[in-house]
Amino acid sequence: MPDPARAFLLQDRRGAPVVAVTALNKTYASGLTALKNIELTIHHGEIFALLGPNGAGKTTLINIICGIVNATSGRVLADGHDIVRDYRAARSKIGLVPQELHTDAFESVWATVTFSRGLFGKPPDAAHCERVLRELSLWDRRDARIMTLSGGMKRRVMIAKALAHEPRILFLDEPTAGVDVELRRDMWQLVRRLRDSGVTIILTTHYIEEAEEMADRIGVIHKGQLIVVEEKGLLMRKLGKRQLILHLQQPLTVLPPGLSEHPLELSDDGHTLVFTFDANRRETGIPGLLRRLSELNIDVKDLHSSESSLEDIFVGLVSERA
Amino acid sequence: MNLHAVRAIYRFEMARTFRTLMQSIASPVLSTSLYFVVFGAAIGRRMGALDGVSYGAFIVPGLIMLSILNESVSNASFAIYLPKWSGTIFELLSAPVSYAEALLGYVGAAATKSVMLGILILVTARVFVAYEILHPMWMAAFLILTAVSFSLFGFIIGLWAESFEQLQVVPLMILTPLTFLGGAFYSIGMLPPIWQKITLFNPVVYLISGFRWSFFGTSDVNVGTSAAATLGFLALCIAVVSWMFRTGYKLKS
Ligand SMILES: Nc1ncnc2c1ncn2[C@@H]1O[C@H](COP(=O)(O)OP(=O)(O)OP(=O)(O)O)[C@@H](O)[C@H]1O
Ligand SMILES: [Mg+2]
Repeated sequence: MPDPARAFLLQDRRGAPVVAVTALNKTYASGLTALKNIELTIHHGEIFALLGPNGAGKTTLINIICGIVNATSGRVLADGHDIVRDYRAARSKIGLVPQELHTDAFESVWATVTFSRGLFGKPPDAAHCERVLRELSLWDRRDARIMTLSGGMKRRVMIAKALAHEPRILFLDEPTAGVDVELRRDMWQLVRRLRDSGVTIILTTHYIEEAEEMADRIGVIHKGQLIVVEEKGLLMRKLGKRQLILHLQQPLTVLPPGLSEHPLELSDDGHTLVFTFDANRRETGIPGLLRRLSELNIDVKDLHSSESSLEDIFVGLVSERA
Repeated sequence: MNLHAVRAIYRFEMARTFRTLMQSIASPVLSTSLYFVVFGAAIGRRMGALDGVSYGAFIVPGLIMLSILNESVSNASFAIYLPKWSGTIFELLSAPVSYAEALLGYVGAAATKSVMLGILILVTARVFVAYEILHPMWMAAFLILTAVSFSLFGFIIGLWAESFEQLQVVPLMILTPLTFLGGAFYSIGMLPPIWQKITLFNPVVYLISGFRWSFFGTSDVNVGTSAAATLGFLALCIAVVSWMFRTGYKLKS
């Protein structure tokens, strides 16, 4: 099938993009450039994960789309509406759960949730607010003052506030930071339910596993640049590099020639060997390596494997692109 | 117009007021009563009538203005500073709310509270002194206009302030002296001539004078001038606040 036709079909299946970011730049007053020429399209009804280390620019990007931070240049459309010129239409479609827990202290859960609904221009709807609170297991605490709630509950209150006006696009900025396993699982379930009801979800995370668990597509952001945007499966294969670290009984001065066909690196002090392999492959090459080492009488004191850190991956992706 | 949002902000702010009902209402009533005991009853008895008005009655409009100015500024400045400080402002910034709507909600609530307070003081004063209001419509107009203008002024301070200290400093260091020197407790005619001139640079003089005129029909400055000065101050505040909003001043980076 010719490319344009395929693109058309894909476009047709997904409908118009829900969020379209073009040539977006942000330089803060401090002179720090937090975003560089971001181009991003989010499709209707998908779960999109923005993955990146601290300070990558995830929150900045989300805050610009939501109207909290001004862009330096570029354009964003949310549900087809320009977020600056047509901010009313754009923002009424968007819900945001920010990274930090900014809550009122003295208000009750119910009051703060109904406040959010009104603020976003929706007429009161007690039934909807009740549904949201029940879904987040907050209904029993509806009359509690927010300051009397635990951190995890406060985070749920933030989610309830974001859902109070029935947004079509939901931003979750590190929804699982400081959240216990159970709540994390609840959260993931909620996100899936929302997606199934047609809400588009954009979340940020530091954890590859979380992106892997949740997302349909993943965007990796590093130092203000969106370095890849990929379907999850494809990206996971790219990110699947792991390392096996072997601590040696006796230090080596050079890598013996007998090991040259293995992807090995010798540390500077000669005490460790680092073997890089692809975790997604059936054949990792580890048994062969171990056999070879014993044939060469190289004794291994200890060994452990490590996933390449997010930082390593970014460095890898950046150098790959360069 | 996002009326739901205006209503949500207004109700949120009014709820905050009613949560701190004691502080919001009891304390001004108490301090006003003290003023009357001290100035009206103790000192006033030794003072002659001013412009044909007993001293106790004379200070009623001044006292109301004093409270309204302070309450409007502290209320409105706190209302917008608090979310800035706690971070909850993100919600307002991300909401489909225009600046005018946000102002209407916040300033409307602060002004409402001030007007309620003014009426409360008026009623409390009645317990201590007899007074009449010659021009009730004008009285109401000055009351509301002042409450709105100074709530706006407070809103500006709240946007500007970066610490609780800064939030306090303007009311304490500027507003209180201006009010006390603005003729709350005396007629400008009692001052030496040179101070009578200098005092005319104090905007609060016009508010108190106009307000007092609506009670007793006598005033330090012409009532038209008073009304014009109050409206001018309102216009200035609107201009400043719209500039702040347009530039995202201290709200958006
Ligand atoms: N208001 C601000 N003024 C100046 N610099 C800022 C501001 N907010 C963020 N930055 C800087 O912009 C960069 C990107 O920050 P941002 O919060 O977007 O990162 P992030 O990817 O969300 O990080 P994290 O994972 O830690 O939340 C950082 O270097 C940060 O220090
Ligand atoms: Mg962040």
